[in-house]
Amino acid sequence: MRKIEENIFKVLMILSTIIISSTLFMIVYTIFSKGIGSLNWDMVSKIPEGGFYIGKGGGILNAIVGSIYITVGSTLLGLLISLPIVIYINVYAKRNATLATITRLSYDILFGIPSIVYGAFGFAIMVYMGLKTSLLAGIITVTLMIIPILVRAIDEVVRVVPEDMGNAVFALGGTRYETAKIILRQSIPGIITAILLSFGRAIGDAACVLFTAGFTDSIPTSLDQPAATLPLSIFFQLSSPIKEVQNRAYAAAVILTIIVLVINIVAKIASKNLSKNKI
Amino acid sequence: MKNIRLLKDRLISKTFLALTILSISTVILIGVGLFYKSTPILNSTSLYNLLFSSEWKPFKEAFGFYPFIVGTLWVTAIAIIIALPLSMLTAIYLSEYAHIRVRKLVLPLIELLSGIPPVLYGVWGVLVIVPLIQDKIAPHFVEFTTGYSVLAGGIVLAIMIFPLIISIVIEVFDNVPQDLRNASLSLGATQWQTVKKVVLRKSFDGIVAAVVLAISRAFGETIAVLMVCGNLAQVPHSLFDSAYPLPALIANNYGEMMSIPMYDSALMFAALLLFVIIFLFNALSRIILYRIEKRNN
Repeated sequence: MRKIEENIFKVLMILSTIIISSTLFMIVYTIFSKGIGSLNWDMVSKIPEGGFYIGKGGGILNAIVGSIYITVGSTLLGLLISLPIVIYINVYAKRNATLATITRLSYDILFGIPSIVYGAFGFAIMVYMGLKTSLLAGIITVTLMIIPILVRAIDEVVRVVPEDMGNAVFALGGTRYETAKIILRQSIPGIITAILLSFGRAIGDAACVLFTAGFTDSIPTSLDQPAATLPLSIFFQLSSPIKEVQNRAYAAAVILTIIVLVINIVAKIASKNLSKNKI
Repeated sequence: MKNIRLLKDRLISKTFLALTILSISTVILIGVGLFYKSTPILNSTSLYNLLFSSEWKPFKEAFGFYPFIVGTLWVTAIAIIIALPLSMLTAIYLSEYAHIRVRKLVLPLIELLSGIPPVLYGVWGVLVIVPLIQDKIAPHFVEFTTGYSVLAGGIVLAIMIFPLIISIVIEVFDNVPQDLRNASLSLGATQWQTVKKVVLRKSFDGIVAAVVLAISRAFGETIAVLMVCGNLAQVPHSLFDSAYPLPALIANNYGEMMSIPMYDSALMFAALLLFVIIFLFNALSRIILYRIEKRNN
């Protein structure tokens, strides 16, 4: 009797593991088989020509470039803010001091706040600061969203740097700032992984830039111009009633899938190499 | 020379401290900002009316969020009902039964799943789940549906929250001391009995925390749900009815909100509502998970 129950559950467990781990392939396969046919060089090399959304020619270069601008901009800005925070809670505040715990807790909470709320909040800031929908407003909003990802991921790798290493620097007469530099150098592979993760998240999120980055058919040349993004371009084209435009949405989805998968796999490999070098 | 170095250190310390405190206060800032923006609607309509009235007529300044709240609850509940058993079984398998090689092969796949952008889940939902419901599942139960339904939203969301539940539950299982398992096994219990009576019981609060986190993730998901739910401002009565969850409402109406009085305030209130609920859920489960981690260190 005990054996039967055990075997039933074992079968169920293996089944659900198979179901869950195959969903990734299902999704990627569906998107590729639907979109690959409409994917051509024009899609990635041209901006929309007049009447793009009623089925005329052109491509989505504007969205690809816009996405890259926003993602790179916000990742850099995010790093600039999150690195000092991670250094502070790991080197300056004593390990597991209350402030460090509160910081970690609030970043875990911020991590769970949905991107649409960041979008709404970003919009409120934008109105408050007198900005209009623009690249800059989009970058600010996305930065707010990815800082928790960066802080959590970098904190994780900085925490595993052996305490002795910091103590050694102190013993040689180094200041806390000099210690921080040594510890950071030790965590570079992990920091790269964190950057890639937040990059992947930022490039895929649509809800957060919906009200702040705007949407345009041209490539922005300055920070105060609106910018198109890939997810939004997929979203808008998919809601078109015209078959040809819908097909372009599927092709754009293929492009986004490739970008995101490559980023995530590279991040995975980077973090694997990190654990190999661990002391 | 030494003094300059010390001064630099102290200066950086103060700057970083200020930055840290400033950035933690974003949590409060978001709450306060959204509350400030939604005061007009809170002043003109009672909270009870906002939450429990079904009348949604922005032109007449009638903002009843009831259909949207119920829509959100439906979609979230379906997602959890589908995702919980599947991810629990998978987590148990990977943590207690599977060979380390299987675990190393499967876990990265599941983590990759969490890296897929919501909009792609939406595209997949439109291509696969919606037609599946319309042609294969729904005809057995109802006469007509477009397939754009709470069920479609629930299924897509379930897949989106698999990675979250699995990774947290595995972590919680890993925190259960091996000695407890050995003790149970040496008393003659089978492996499944050990899982059921020892591991699951020991990690109960961790599992609850994981589920609550998953609920809050499902609650706030916007684009994917928006693409497959149909977006009709009605209270759904069956799995195959369309719904209009709160996040989708915010996303869909931002364009026109500036032109109608009170509309922007109402949408900000929706965002505030999401924020408050998700903040509470997140805080609760994170504190539980912190305690578990601390207990084992």
